[in-house]
Amino acid sequence: MLDADFFRRWMTATAASVEREAERLTALDSPIGDADHGSNLRRGFTAVVAVLEKDAPDTPGAVLVLAGRQLISTVGGASGPLYGTLLRRTGKALGEAAEVSEAQLTDALRAGVDAVMALGGAAPGDKTMIDALVPAVDALPESFAAARAAAEEGALATMPLQARKGRASYLGERSIGHQDPGATSAALLITALAGAAEAGEAADV
Amino acid sequence: MSDGKRVGIVLVSHSAAVAASVAELARGLAGAGAGVPVAPAGGTEDGGLGTSAELISAAAASVDRGAGVAVLTDLGSAVLTVKALLAEGDELPADTRLVDAPFVEGAVAAVVTASTGADLAAVAAAASEAYTYRKE
Repeated sequence: MLDADFFRRWMTATAASVEREAERLTALDSPIGDADHGSNLRRGFTAVVAVLEKDAPDTPGAVLVLAGRQLISTVGGASGPLYGTLLRRTGKALGEAAEVSEAQLTDALRAGVDAVMALGGAAPGDKTMIDALVPAVDALPESFAAARAAAEEGALATMPLQARKGRASYLGERSIGHQDPGATSAALLITALAGAAEAGEAADV
Repeated sequence: MSDGKRVGIVLVSHSAAVAASVAELARGLAGAGAGVPVAPAGGTEDGGLGTSAELISAAAASVDRGAGVAVLTDLGSAVLTVKALLAEGDELPADTRLVDAPFVEGAVAAVVTASTGADLAAVAAAASEAYTYRKE
């Protein structure tokens, strides 16, 4: 079972990963976006870690709802409402339970991904974060490691696609050949999730 | 509207200058706005390009007179941020609506219509109607 500590570890690990990879995300966002993906997400997740320390929510759902709310209010670009909606809707789907199962997390994350698709109007193949998130959720029932591998593959697979959403879509065919920064950061989020699970297993031994 | 309340208008742009200028243009073309509360919410809180949920919430609260608030936006993340705030439930005045309209033309139509005392649905319809005006 996964408790609030697990979800805090997930958010902290995501923040650390975004911090580490911010320059790479921004470099990916330079040719097809407005070169702020790394700095925007770093600002958002730094704020998430700060508010989680201050408010110390004590259920999995509350951790994600608070984190999502914080992203919406601090990011400043499209990734704020998109990641904010992903976490907030996932958190709401988890309800008020003190602990949740991996199956419940999978269902909740799927609800979160569906909400992101509804908000942004993106489908798989549009060269967005959805291209990493959908395969990750599909693989999650197998294992956290499988979800991580699926997200990373999904992010790499955006390279030959033509963008159909966001600023990159204005570039038409010129968006082809660049890995999508949103799918890349989504893979970081799922990698941090797998890392939080592995850290928990190590602590249980 | 018999009680004289006007629908409030919020103009959300990635740029503070664009939001403020469009607000000024719309007020000016509506005859100084005839008492319509209009608030720009442009750029990020630190003055950069982008969208700020805090500025949008504050702008919506500042124009709420109890007759509803119409929010007009420019590009992608402005739309997404307003939709996400509406989904939050308690971040914007109860009767707040994201209006599907061209930013400049829609803002003028919304402010002029609101100045007649029209309700939120009529203001939103007038702003959306601006899409049908072709330029060639």
